Amino acid sequence: MIWAGVLVASAACYMLKLAGLSLPSRWLQDVRIQRTVPLLPVALLAALVAIQTFSLGQHLVLDVRAAAIGVAVIAVLLRAPFLVVIVAAAATAALLRLI
Amino acid sequence: MPDAISSLDRRKVIRDALGIAIASGAYALSFGAISSTSGLSLLQTMCLSLLMFTGASQFALVGIVGSGGSIWAGVAAASLLGTRNALYGVRLSTLLKVTGLRRLAAAQLVIDESTAMAIARDKESESRFAFWTTGLLLFAFWNLGTFIGALATNALTDPKVFGLDAAPPAAYLALLAPRLRAREPLAVAMAAGVVALICLPFVPAGIPLLIVAAFVALYGLFGKSR
Repeated sequence: MIWAGVLVASAACYMLKLAGLSLPSRWLQDVRIQRTVPLLPVALLAALVAIQTFSLGQHLVLDVRAAAIGVAVIAVLLRAPFLVVIVAAAATAALLRLI
Repeated sequence: MPDAISSLDRRKVIRDALGIAIASGAYALSFGAISSTSGLSLLQTMCLSLLMFTGASQFALVGIVGSGGSIWAGVAAASLLGTRNALYGVRLSTLLKVTGLRRLAAAQLVIDESTAMAIARDKESESRFAFWTTGLLLFAFWNLGTFIGALATNALTDPKVFGLDAAPPAAYLALLAPRLRAREPLAVAMAAGVVALICLPFVPAGIPLLIVAAFVALYGLFGKSR
């Protein structure tokens, strides 16, 4: 099943890229589309941050990941590089579990 | 074509592109690691980086699978996150002027970074050079980073000991942060997080993301325009 998903999603993402280069540009230059599409990644990424920080399965939980994401927020505010943000968050979770 | 660019400009583009590509390669290390701990095989992980090649979508797919969601919820989220590349394509099509096989190849390289580098140039010839240089270097480093990250993580027995379950949300946050420079996206991000957590206990994993996407579509398409 994972294989099918990997291939279908890859094909969908490629077709979206190709569509932008190929379709008549006025189709995608509608003001509402121009306004909505950039907000999609913002909303989805924010939802993913919330879900994967505060849930386990279908339960809302508060655990070391909340502290980890707090550290990640500080790292982002300090304009740390991507990898530093991720390592800081993972290290925080790992250390708090040791205590 | 590239002949119209001075060698000085060309060196500067290559230097910038290399910097971006190396940074993204480091980021791909974490993608490979997260994908492996999410239960994807090395081959599946590499397929995502080679075929999908758009970071946020890849992270979303493996993150959803890793947190127990259905693969199809992951596919939906990855595709929705990929819609922005279509808009990049629209902006790039007038600059690149590619047809036939070159267009099929160029399409795979349409991502945040290559678009940003291309539209930052004044002359069309420079834009084209910046697009291809950034796209190809990033493709190489992204896949190299993914491979090393996935291979290294396969050797770990318990990823939780290393706090790797906290890595996906941090990765999403790092992808999200540069998009929050204005008030509207910040408000949308906050609202999306709250809506996702409110519906989470009541619907299957992955579905909160689709609900959030539906809200955004309604807001963007029918909301008051400013």
